[in-house]
Amino acid sequence: MIINHPILGPRDSQEFVYLGSAELMNRPDGMTTGVEAFHNWLYNRDNPAGEHRELWYHEQGDRSWLVVTRNTVTHEIRSVELARDVAKAMGRTK
Amino acid sequence: MSQENRISGGQIDRSKTWRFTFDGVSYQGHPGDTLASALLANGVRLMGRSFKYHRPRGPLSAGSEEPNALVQLRSGARQEPNTRATVAELFDGLEATSQNAWPSLKFDAMAINDRLNTFFTAGFYYKTFMWPASFWEKVYEPIIRRAAGLGALTRQEDPDDYDKGFLHCDLLVIGAGPAGLSAALTAGRAGARVILADEDFRMGGRLNAETLEVGGQPGADWALGAVAELSAMPNVRLMTRTTVIGAFDHGIYGAVERVSDHLAVPAKGKPRQTLWRIYSRRAILAGGATERPIAFENNDRPGVMLAGALRAYANRWGVAVGDRVAVFTNNDDGLRSAMDLKARGVDVVAVIDARKDGDLLPGVRHLKGAEVVDTAGRLGLKSVTIRQADGRTETVAATALGVSGGWNPNVNISSHHRSRPVWDEGIQGFVPGEDGPPGLTAAGAAAGVLSTHGALAGGQAQAVAALADLGIAAKAGDLPRAEDAPVSIVPKWYVSGGKGRAWIDPQNDVTLKDVKLAQKENFSSVEHLKRYTTLGMATDQGKTGNVLGLAVMAGLTGKTIPETGTTIYRPPYTPVAMGTLAGRSRGKEFKPFRLTPSHKWAEEQGAVFVEVGMWLRAQWLPRPGETHWRQSVDREVLATRKSVGICDVTTLGKIDIQGTDAAAFLDKVYANNFASLAVGKCRYGLMLREDGIVYDDGTTARMGENEYVMTTTTANAVLVFRNLEYARQVLWPEMDVQLISTTEAWAQFSVAGPNARKLLQKVVDQDISDAAFPYMGAGNITVGGVRARLFRISFSGELAYEIAVPTRYGDALVRRLMEAGQEFDAIVYGTEALGVMRVEKGHVAGNELNGQSTALNMGLGKMVSKKKDSIGMVLSQREGMVDPNGYRLVGVKPVDPKGQLTAGSHFLEHGAAPVIENDGGWLTSKVYSPHLGCDIALGYLKAGDQKIGKRMRAVNLLAKTETEVEIVSPHFFDSEGERLRG
Amino acid sequence: MRYSGFRVIAEALTGHKGWKPVWRDPAPQAEYDFVIVGGGGHGLATAYYLAKEFGQARIAVIEKGYLGGGNVGRNTTIIRSNYLLDGNEPFYEFSLKLWEGLEQDFNYNAMVSQRGILNLIHTDAQRDAFTRRGNAMILNGADADLLDREQVRAMYPWLNFDNARFPIKGGLAQRRGGTVRHDAVAWGYARGADMRGVDLIQNCEVTGMRIEQGRIKGVETTRGFIGAKKVGVAVAGSSSKVMAHAGMRLPMESHVLQAFVSEGLKPLIDGVITFGAGHFYVSQSDKGGLVFGGDIDGYNSYAQRGNLPVIEDVAEGGMALMPAIGRARLLRTWGGIMDMSMDGSPIIDRTPVEGLYFNGGWCYGGFKATPASGWCFAHLMAKDEPHKVARAYRFDRFLKGLMIDEKGQGAQPNLH
Repeated sequence: MIINHPILGPRDSQEFVYLGSAELMNRPDGMTTGVEAFHNWLYNRDNPAGEHRELWYHEQGDRSWLVVTRNTVTHEIRSVELARDVAKAMGRTK
Repeated sequence: MSQENRISGGQIDRSKTWRFTFDGVSYQGHPGDTLASALLANGVRLMGRSFKYHRPRGPLSAGSEEPNALVQLRSGARQEPNTRATVAELFDGLEATSQNAWPSLKFDAMAINDRLNTFFTAGFYYKTFMWPASFWEKVYEPIIRRAAGLGALTRQEDPDDYDKGFLHCDLLVIGAGPAGLSAALTAGRAGARVILADEDFRMGGRLNAETLEVGGQPGADWALGAVAELSAMPNVRLMTRTTVIGAFDHGIYGAVERVSDHLAVPAKGKPRQTLWRIYSRRAILAGGATERPIAFENNDRPGVMLAGALRAYANRWGVAVGDRVAVFTNNDDGLRSAMDLKARGVDVVAVIDARKDGDLLPGVRHLKGAEVVDTAGRLGLKSVTIRQADGRTETVAATALGVSGGWNPNVNISSHHRSRPVWDEGIQGFVPGEDGPPGLTAAGAAAGVLSTHGALAGGQAQAVAALADLGIAAKAGDLPRAEDAPVSIVPKWYVSGGKGRAWIDPQNDVTLKDVKLAQKENFSSVEHLKRYTTLGMATDQGKTGNVLGLAVMAGLTGKTIPETGTTIYRPPYTPVAMGTLAGRSRGKEFKPFRLTPSHKWAEEQGAVFVEVGMWLRAQWLPRPGETHWRQSVDREVLATRKSVGICDVTTLGKIDIQGTDAAAFLDKVYANNFASLAVGKCRYGLMLREDGIVYDDGTTARMGENEYVMTTTTANAVLVFRNLEYARQVLWPEMDVQLISTTEAWAQFSVAGPNARKLLQKVVDQDISDAAFPYMGAGNITVGGVRARLFRISFSGELAYEIAVPTRYGDALVRRLMEAGQEFDAIVYGTEALGVMRVEKGHVAGNELNGQSTALNMGLGKMVSKKKDSIGMVLSQREGMVDPNGYRLVGVKPVDPKGQLTAGSHFLEHGAAPVIENDGGWLTSKVYSPHLGCDIALGYLKAGDQKIGKRMRAVNLLAKTETEVEIVSPHFFDSEGERLRG
Repeated sequence: MRYSGFRVIAEALTGHKGWKPVWRDPAPQAEYDFVIVGGGGHGLATAYYLAKEFGQARIAVIEKGYLGGGNVGRNTTIIRSNYLLDGNEPFYEFSLKLWEGLEQDFNYNAMVSQRGILNLIHTDAQRDAFTRRGNAMILNGADADLLDREQVRAMYPWLNFDNARFPIKGGLAQRRGGTVRHDAVAWGYARGADMRGVDLIQNCEVTGMRIEQGRIKGVETTRGFIGAKKVGVAVAGSSSKVMAHAGMRLPMESHVLQAFVSEGLKPLIDGVITFGAGHFYVSQSDKGGLVFGGDIDGYNSYAQRGNLPVIEDVAEGGMALMPAIGRARLLRTWGGIMDMSMDGSPIIDRTPVEGLYFNGGWCYGGFKATPASGWCFAHLMAKDEPHKVARAYRFDRFLKGLMIDEKGQGAQPNLH
């Protein structure tokens, strides 16, 4: 596969490490969230057959974490964003 | 008698004669021959035996679809099983042997199976061999396994090299027949970067096998001209002997170039084959079409061939396969084969045409509405029995029979993304489906367009369209004149009425009867048909048999072929050598080595090295006279504890962490508190995964207000860094914190033992007295003016430091330390001694940090702060993970000091039966402690913290041994920690 | 019809006229007591055992494609019970015992071949871990042998002993492990179920679930509504899709695992070998093909096909371990979709919907589990309580912190 890195351009997916669903970005605050909600965040997934937002890490590259929107049936990639930008837009702070 | 079947013409170089052997018999051939064409030229039709019935077989085809003519090529370590003689390029001195036959190809004892064929129907083995149960492995299966298989490997290491490479292009053209050449010319002339790949050693595809004209000259000559024009274009790469094996995601294609298979041995420095990954923006599949047979009784004898193959042997290789040839066809292309053969002077004894209508061929016996019902000839075709339109049968002497059931477009690569081919009634074949690999289109015969003009036009049109997508304007120029005959075909899949066997998949011996049985037993979906009968599972992957088989099934079930469906093709297009896929990554080069800065020095000392992930580390460093590893390790441990020892710990992960939020960041990623760490101090830190399991530990030092240096375990250096980046970029993106991995930037040594300070003080430029550099101190120093870092931390339990210098000074530092340490009898210790000392101190390491254990399990539960939100804090509190009777880290000592312990042994109470209900836990790490004079171990024991002082059994059921042990504190040595503060 | 050597001979001598369809093609009835969704190995085994061992009737298996078309038809055919953890080992040992009697039980030769499995050891830490595991296996009534380097060499002298990046230091062998002809497992269970009156309904895809007041009433399918008192879902690879019809999100991701077979070769490898220092395991089929595999591709996928890097990675592992296979040719690759669960272990459990049961999350270990999975799922559905060897396979183990994580990789499915 080829991932079109927003800064570096098209890169072979072998340069990247895959983590999983971008749902993982919604980490709850540990001081205010109980075990049940926290476990639901960590363990349960939509796991769609179709468009999927997912986290890839450019380990053999610039170390950016990326949010890749990819179809899990065709493997076509629709968009690639810097995860930090996505996280900030989601309101994640410190 | 030499080359008795060689006729005039063809694209072989008769000025040179090469010798080769098949089964030890010497023959002659010419450059341009394949092994099959050369054997056929020498009158050899019998080249192999079938898989199940061991039927005598000759080539069916003249290409890569060959199911029958499989041989072992070469000898010794280069022996290569299952090589298709039809594509094996001849070279001088080639050696080939037959396979799957004993004692000889002509007299094969296993042909008894053919006599017993009525028992060996499809799937018979599922219905028997069940009693008694133990007989399967002992009796039935060994017989089956010995009989099965085709060629043999020698069990010697493959001596050849293989390479890999990357290529990039605007347009990849797969196949260099008329469609592919036309596409490449169009794109090349437009300036696009083109790769044209063809599996053959000569470009031109079917044009080389035809007498048709293109642009007023013989097709093969036109192809030569096209290749010459393309060769002159710097933007075009021509790749012969290169098979595109698969279409992968995003325009990436795999291709295998057979660099040296046409040579006796690869030239010096050259690989045997190269695996190319071709990154294309667009691709055109111009892979042509494959002729298919018709099933009739005994249609598998040597001499029975695809009609187009007979024609190819005559036109391209100057070989008349038989002196009397018949042709059986259901389409016009079969007639072309007959006429070409006749034109070459071959005696065409009959053209058996399944079609009732149409014109008769001039000058040959053309039987309309006729069919072949049987053949004869045990080791090669002798006669053909024909049933004419009026039902009369007649037997005609013939030594070759060409069969044409129509042509199947080579859709394979178009279905590698699981696109289903669609049925084209006009050509009675499947053409590529709509949802193939994005960016790939088909042209020419691969697209179901079977005329030469159609191929030239299609190649051009697809190239223009593909380049237009890329914004490259290509011209649709004038096409050379070529035939544009329509396809005339009637469906004719099999000849009914016979009692014998009619082959569909010849290699796997799948016959019409097998398909009928599958249908009768309700294995009638195409997938069940394939799996039950093994149709299409042979080395040819059903290139000739699949469509025939499912057409037969459609007929039997009364469904249409589209209703019946089709299986799809999977990579690779043709089989690929494992060596090619592996490339250079084999033997010691399987993975790279990482070497520590002291490696060279340790090598000079005769160190024994051990693989630690990618690293090689010194395991122990034997001294003269030491004959057992334990002598060395014991000495290293005792010397360290007595005076001073040095160990290269460069492999530990090192990460510089800086920024105004660095302290807050560490509080997130470590379970214990870090905000309170003072500048100039280190602290041990514990890292959890979000699921509350410990995954790493290490020390982190505060080198300045906003500057930290983190160390990780060797194993997790990469993972920790990845996770820190994740925390920084994704979880807390507004934190001001920056990271850099410095694992390879610093050479780091542990200097441990009562004399560690004295030794180091001789080497470093600053005062490191206890007052100036107390326990857990950290700071920037210099060593002979070179910048360095010093940490007063200890894994061994001794007064110890870790000193780091820029990596390029690592070798110098170890030499300097050893020189300065002479007066203290300093030694360097390896990973074994390191392990002994850490177990003596009860520190957890890899065997305890197993990804399954919590801080509580390790006796470190109190380190997990609940006062802050850190990774893993919340879920570490789940009820199953805070069980008071869960595993706890304990120390283990044999009650009898001579008792031996084994890591991995399990704890059982005295008198408890060895069953899982009584399992108490296991010994994680075991060492011999020279200090205590006995084996000691760490272990995870259920409620272990409540069992200190208890006696149990450590049982190793694998070795049938057990040792009585006492459960003790994991801190075997200096549990008060006086030595480290010394 | 009972199969036997005598029957094969008798049919051969009388022109094979007497063979009967191995299963019927019934139209779906309006309602069943049990509807099993998924006609793969686990679903068919569940139906078979429901009928045979638990005395149930009015059972249907509905399958969106063809019987045995799921992962039972696209795996590397290995059976073994060399697990470590308490939640797993008794289950897989139960499964191995069922394999040992399976052919006689369902009267179909699935070629259960106990030629042994060997996990190679390359480091001292691995030996420690395999010693722990081997002991756990024996404690659970399974067999295990720890071999040293020379014992491994005696078994496979042509492995790379002399020029290896990761030298072979020994191995953990399970002699009772081996291989099974995978398709035949599906067919044997299907035939056995059909003979006991189970309706096997192919080309019937579930498009919805009818749930009223928290209770399952049946499934909507491409062949209409089918009523059911109890519905069991066993659709490996499609679990999240099907269970979404019941509003459930599952602790799993779908990943593609590729597998490979070489051209047929004369006997080379007797048992199963796994090479832990690379990503490679291999056996040789009775037809002579080397059957091998490695890691999953590593990204979520429902595509049933993989990419070249993993093919290369597996071949590299193969060549590192056995440099004699350089000239053997890879014939075919295929991809299966794995339910990769959050701890690498499966789920056989009730769901919040009364009467709806779930079986999935087998990662790439589902084939060897087939008999026990079917048996335990049938037990759960028939008796409404878990079978004792499968009681750890609960949904709530993640909430309770009772993960069964053999590899110790945590909640990241592609690492299991």
